[in-house]
Amino acid sequence: MLKPLLSAGVVAVLALAGTAHAEPTPQNTVKIQAAFEFSSLDPSSSGYVYTRMQILETLLNVDDRGALLPGLAEAWSVEDGGKAWQLTLREGVLFHDGTPLNAQIAAAELNRAAAKPSALQGVPISAIVATDARTLRIELSEPYRPLGAVLAHYSTALLAPSAYDANQQVTALIGTGPFAVHEITVPHKLVVERFDAYWGRTAGIEYASYLTGHRAEARVLQARSGQADIVFGLDPASVPMLKRLPNLDIVRSDLPRSLALKLNAGHPYLADARAREALSLAINRTGIATAILHAPEAASDQLLPSYMSDWHLPNRKAQFSPDRATELLAELGWRKNSERWLERDGKTFELNLITYADRPELTSVATAIQDQWKQLGVKLNVSITNSSAIPAGHSDGSLEVALIARNYGVIADPLGVLIKDFGSERGGDWGSMDWANAQVRSDLTRLVAENDPGLYRRQAQRIAEAIYTERPLIPIAYYVQQTSVNSRLTGFRFDPYERSYFLNELSWR
Amino acid sequence: MMLRDLLIKRLLQLLAVAWGVGTLTYILMRALPGDMAYRIAASRYGIDGVDSNAAAMVREELGLDQSGWSAYWQWLGDLMQWNLGNSLVSGLPVVDTLWHMLGHSLLLALTGMLIAALIAIPLGLASAYWGGWLNRLTLTLSTAMHALPVFVIGLLAVVLFALELAWLPVAGFGSAAHLVLPALTLALSLAAISNRVVHTEAQRVFSAPFFEFAQIKGLSPWQAFLRHGVRNISVPVVAFFGVQLITVIEGVVMIESLFSWPGIGHGLAHAIFARDIPLIQGAALTMGVLFVVLNTLVDLACHALDPRAGDPA
Repeated sequence: MLKPLLSAGVVAVLALAGTAHAEPTPQNTVKIQAAFEFSSLDPSSSGYVYTRMQILETLLNVDDRGALLPGLAEAWSVEDGGKAWQLTLREGVLFHDGTPLNAQIAAAELNRAAAKPSALQGVPISAIVATDARTLRIELSEPYRPLGAVLAHYSTALLAPSAYDANQQVTALIGTGPFAVHEITVPHKLVVERFDAYWGRTAGIEYASYLTGHRAEARVLQARSGQADIVFGLDPASVPMLKRLPNLDIVRSDLPRSLALKLNAGHPYLADARAREALSLAINRTGIATAILHAPEAASDQLLPSYMSDWHLPNRKAQFSPDRATELLAELGWRKNSERWLERDGKTFELNLITYADRPELTSVATAIQDQWKQLGVKLNVSITNSSAIPAGHSDGSLEVALIARNYGVIADPLGVLIKDFGSERGGDWGSMDWANAQVRSDLTRLVAENDPGLYRRQAQRIAEAIYTERPLIPIAYYVQQTSVNSRLTGFRFDPYERSYFLNELSWR
Repeated sequence: MMLRDLLIKRLLQLLAVAWGVGTLTYILMRALPGDMAYRIAASRYGIDGVDSNAAAMVREELGLDQSGWSAYWQWLGDLMQWNLGNSLVSGLPVVDTLWHMLGHSLLLALTGMLIAALIAIPLGLASAYWGGWLNRLTLTLSTAMHALPVFVIGLLAVVLFALELAWLPVAGFGSAAHLVLPALTLALSLAAISNRVVHTEAQRVFSAPFFEFAQIKGLSPWQAFLRHGVRNISVPVVAFFGVQLITVIEGVVMIESLFSWPGIGHGLAHAIFARDIPLIQGAALTMGVLFVVLNTLVDLACHALDPRAGDPA
């Protein structure tokens, strides 16, 4: 009897709270600009915008090194030798419409997410059930270590049952986060307002708005003129100019995203690991990182950054040695012809590279590599296309070389992405391609069930070593994110996994 | 009678444009290289989310395996029932998305044309009436303005009004202040030519024998202008505004991208990258229909201004 009364009371309080805030004005709204559109309300598609704006939340969270933290679940345990995960939900969590969160809702949400292209795809789930009002049990057909990180991914964020229509389409964003939707215009404008009944730290600011700014130059101008308070994804070239402005703080953050060349290891010219090593040695990474990315320290010939220490080989320095590269190719029978291109059996060493324009630096880096390989005698034809041409080219086998920006922090445990990229015989859409290394495949499969940290590290290092020496992918640099924050705000911090903007920690100076 | 003929003719034209534009965009989109399922998956799930698995799910959900013909017939059948279908990316009805975008585009286009008229008409008349240095000055300015691509005008306006003077927002939408710079940019590029058209027509009328006679019979220059000038000048000027609609539509696409204005041009550009065929067809169709409708309105205005002209079509 008490419960319905209590929820009715909460709903009434919420309704009052909703009207208590003044309307959004430039003074009470944190204005955010970033490059990304949200094409629909469905978390599986554009959930990253909604978790970043703290409308939706996930069962688990991660810290800035990828370690699991409690989220909507306050505790979790792994049972049955890794084949069952039990999560205990936090008490007192309310959706923005006043509905209390329970394990039945959470189970229904995860089952829904599992049927869509979400992070749960590929996880060997046999059942997701609520065992009581606060306990959720996920049963697996085999152990899956990165499940915790998957449960921190935006595509598994929880919506209220009232967010769906009769056809199970999302019609409203009703989450549990510290902010509720005030106004949403798909695909580019979102205004959120403080949710006063939030279970955790309630926000210090009343409103925040998110506006998609497609053009990097326009975003820079917004930051410069003070019309946007927080601008993500600044063009590296504009950073020195913005740093000189007294009203802006520029925050530099490392991202677990790597710029790399994906190679078709089944291609006759690339099948020998020496050829791939030669191509890697011919790349002047520091030059590219300095001139194009404006971050010389970001250059690297390893796929994963040092803070993902299990996967990073210590004490290696990126090598640039065109002479050694020439030697290696000579060992494979390549000789320069009269036009200074490498030739073998009457055929020129010619490759086609594809990349995409969504990230402006990719085009410049592609042409820099084209020039650096030309010095080696390798003819590289660059074509700029849509990002989807890469998985499509992988699947039909037509891809030769692709320049990609791969996010190894899509879920906070890189193992999840590495399994997708290197775990099957043909490789992965964004990983290796026809790279014959059965050891790496079986190591990866074993790691999924490995609970001993020492053994885990040893195997991870072995995989990193294999990727480093055999070069199924040629890493070039890590990504650095530059963000401008207007000095009227304080408390900003950046999440390298880009799950949250931590708006509830911001306050006006 | 003639008016009715015009309207029937235009209605038939409208149907032909609707069918032609829709079919042509369909053929062109289908002819582009690249797998549609992958393209749509990339737009839906982002660069980090697109893979063969997501593409396979999209292909199955949207039935992309069906033949080009059957998809085309389905579109045509739906169109007959005023149904433009759902966006392949967002899943929302195309009509809703178009209404949202069209509202913004029309607001921008009409405000731009209004400001253009406010600049072009007084400037054209003044330069025709007084001539001399004023004429030379407007001619130089118009030539310079016309020589600049519209996005350069926009960027210059941003640098001046948004960055240096900080009077107006750089880009975005949601308040009247956001409309000023895009509308002004559009207006300046339109007024660059139209003020010269007004000038030429006004000069023709001012030096015409009937205009001189009007003043000889005792009318003041102002009275002569109101009674004999305005109507004579406005027929070709209004007709020219009709011709200029093409520039408006082109300009709107560029300006919307520059100022992040969520109109139909901006939406169309995005839909093309995403291979969102229903949205592309819908947007192209709307632009085509709008073009015919606005031209018809221009013809009707010309007809009202000069009934002597007979069949204006």
